[in-house]
Amino acid sequence: MLSRTAENLFWLARYVERAEYLARTIDATLRVTALPHAYVGQGNEWDSALLTAGVSASFYSLYEEANEANVVEFLSFSPANPSSIRNCIENARLNSRAVRTALTGEMWGTINGAWIELQESWSKGTKTREQLTAFTRFVQETSLRFDGSAYRTMLRNDAYWFSRLGVHLERADNTARILDVKYHLLLPEQEHVGGPLDYYQWSSILRSVSAQTAYHWVYRQTLKPWLIADLLILNDSLPRSLASCYGDLVRNLDQIGVAYGRQGPAQRHARGVRNRLEHSNMEDIFQRGLHEFIQEFIADNSRLGEIVTKQYLI
Amino acid sequence: MAVAFDEMNGPGGELREAYQELSRWLGETPSDVLTYRRQEAELLFRRIGITFAVYGDADAQERLIPFDVIPRILSAREWAKLELGLKQRTRALNMFLRDIYHGREVLRAGIVPDDLIFQNPVFRPEMNGQAVPHDVYVHIAGIDIVRVDDEDFYVLEDNARTPSGVSYMLDNREIMMRLFPDLFARHRIAPVERYPDELLSTLRSVAPNHASSEPTVALLTPGIYNSAYYEHSFLADKLGVELVEGRDLLVKNDEVFMRTTEGLKRVDVIYRRLDDDFLDPLTFRTDSVLGVPGLMSAYRAGNVTLANAVGTGIADDKAVYSYMPDIVKFYLGEEPILKNVPTWRCREPGDLAYVLDHLSELVVKEVHGSGGYGMLIGPAATKATIEAFRDKLKREPEGFIAQPTLSLSTCPTCTDSGLAPRHVDLRPFVLTGRDRTTIVPGGLTRVALKEGSLVVNSSQGGGTKDTWILDE
Repeated sequence: MLSRTAENLFWLARYVERAEYLARTIDATLRVTALPHAYVGQGNEWDSALLTAGVSASFYSLYEEANEANVVEFLSFSPANPSSIRNCIENARLNSRAVRTALTGEMWGTINGAWIELQESWSKGTKTREQLTAFTRFVQETSLRFDGSAYRTMLRNDAYWFSRLGVHLERADNTARILDVKYHLLLPEQEHVGGPLDYYQWSSILRSVSAQTAYHWVYRQTLKPWLIADLLILNDSLPRSLASCYGDLVRNLDQIGVAYGRQGPAQRHARGVRNRLEHSNMEDIFQRGLHEFIQEFIADNSRLGEIVTKQYLI
Repeated sequence: MAVAFDEMNGPGGELREAYQELSRWLGETPSDVLTYRRQEAELLFRRIGITFAVYGDADAQERLIPFDVIPRILSAREWAKLELGLKQRTRALNMFLRDIYHGREVLRAGIVPDDLIFQNPVFRPEMNGQAVPHDVYVHIAGIDIVRVDDEDFYVLEDNARTPSGVSYMLDNREIMMRLFPDLFARHRIAPVERYPDELLSTLRSVAPNHASSEPTVALLTPGIYNSAYYEHSFLADKLGVELVEGRDLLVKNDEVFMRTTEGLKRVDVIYRRLDDDFLDPLTFRTDSVLGVPGLMSAYRAGNVTLANAVGTGIADDKAVYSYMPDIVKFYLGEEPILKNVPTWRCREPGDLAYVLDHLSELVVKEVHGSGGYGMLIGPAATKATIEAFRDKLKREPEGFIAQPTLSLSTCPTCTDSGLAPRHVDLRPFVLTGRDRTTIVPGGLTRVALKEGSLVVNSSQGGGTKDTWILDE
């Protein structure tokens, strides 16, 4: 397929995934901030929402203070934020238009429909919390429909695999960013100094990766920060864990390798990251430093993006 | 102006044969059903994203072409005549182009004046003596047809460059079949859905002789900001070929390749929807970023087919148009089946004098204009506009032609105050391959939605209709 087509598919999927992640971040932050301070402490949750979205610097070049109104506006609608939800959906549609022939009608319908709804219903932003939750639900449903229609309607060929690469690369990045901002809440028992205050922070982390229920099914325990770290980093069965994302990345890159009859640096690099995850346990990770581990992962993950681009997309 | 010929209710108000079933159905169908279906159709168009862009209109980068749900119907007999005429006309266009860029017999015989060709900006000296694969120049023609009575079809324009609109022919039919299954069951309507297959075999048939037996076809688009981008992506999808932009292609050793995820892949046939001017910055406009450097040298080396060929604009130029009846006779020795609209060539002093005296009755068009821009419709124009045109004509007479204001036929059309007659034209699509010419029975009917308006162009408030050709 055309390199440009593959590139568009890859980015289209990334933008949709990113929009959904931002919507979940807003949701989770709303819930924590709705609790009395006695339960969650005095930290500025909207500030940490900006950090996990990786847009702190550009936010503070425009605003003095990170409060609900400013951050929601910035993350959701601001034209000044290149990765606001609105810009993600607009970019997703621009990419879709450029590769309409590689999309199924259902996928195009989802993106185009979302873009129309964005203009018709959300052009003025949201005024109330009710509207805001309706908005985040709309964004998450768009992403689910997009993913679902890709899964159900696309031919299993390179177009599909490049689109999946975008999803999993973006997803791994998003999960890693939450860990990067919140790692201090997830340290092991002996180092952990928090009190009951942290409980709602932990559950907020799970909520931002849609894993509250999953946690209980996997561990059958009350929330333990080191187990949350285990779930998000090493657990193969949680779709948003780093391990699971790399399982998917390796699988899709392998499919491409088989179809094209050759492997390359992208396959090798992805396999390297996956092997490291497979052969790690949380004890080692804590010992070497959770924060260092996460930062290394983020660098490795963005390196994979560069390698894929060089090998296939230009 | 006399009352126009209506295609449903003929000259004496009698119901014409092809419309009998439709008329009966309209009588049985409550008007709110039509209103409801109209809304549904608009929703479908918007959902599918069938849009076009209007240049110079910043607010409406993407707009819907209004769709009228009342079909336009032609009988089998009418179509048979039209088909013969279109094939004849296209054959002549191709022979004319081959001749202009080779022996020029038509000039030596004095049928067409030399300077009209050689001083014409759409004449491409680069094509002189250049062989094109299988001598086909116009692979896809979109010939605009109008009628003024029961008898004759007139050609309004021969679009021989990169005619658009065929996606509407196909989409309109799909949507009509979804909205009115019952009405379809009551007619025998020739299907149009094989158009993409016919187009693909046409394109494959004209691959260079030494190309592989499975030639690679690509559709070259200027990109998503082009007004017809929807159609480009739609067709590439239906054809199952890559939709490429200039930056996806490159020329190496006079061969054309596309950049793919598996490396470079050879391209044999390019269905280009990019104007000559932009094709190759090394040959034509040097500032074009839409084209492919070196494409013309690959073309000249015979390693790639461009459809349509380079330089076809000289055949659909409005000044050359006026010579078409003679051109048909010259090459084919036959009387033209389709009529030409009588045309005054302002470059000729006698014609110019007549035109200047009758501006308020005539339609004056720019020789190189298209899309309904830059034209004067005398009977509808204000005094000031007419005077402005008079000045333009005196300054640059060779830039204009004039035609009588035709009273285009009308078809019943949904309006805010119920069904009413509106003027229509028709653009059928003629495909010419290595050894055959095909026309899918149908075309794009454009309708001027404003009462009394004769301008059907989508950029100026025109809409479209599904066009039904009845089977015997």
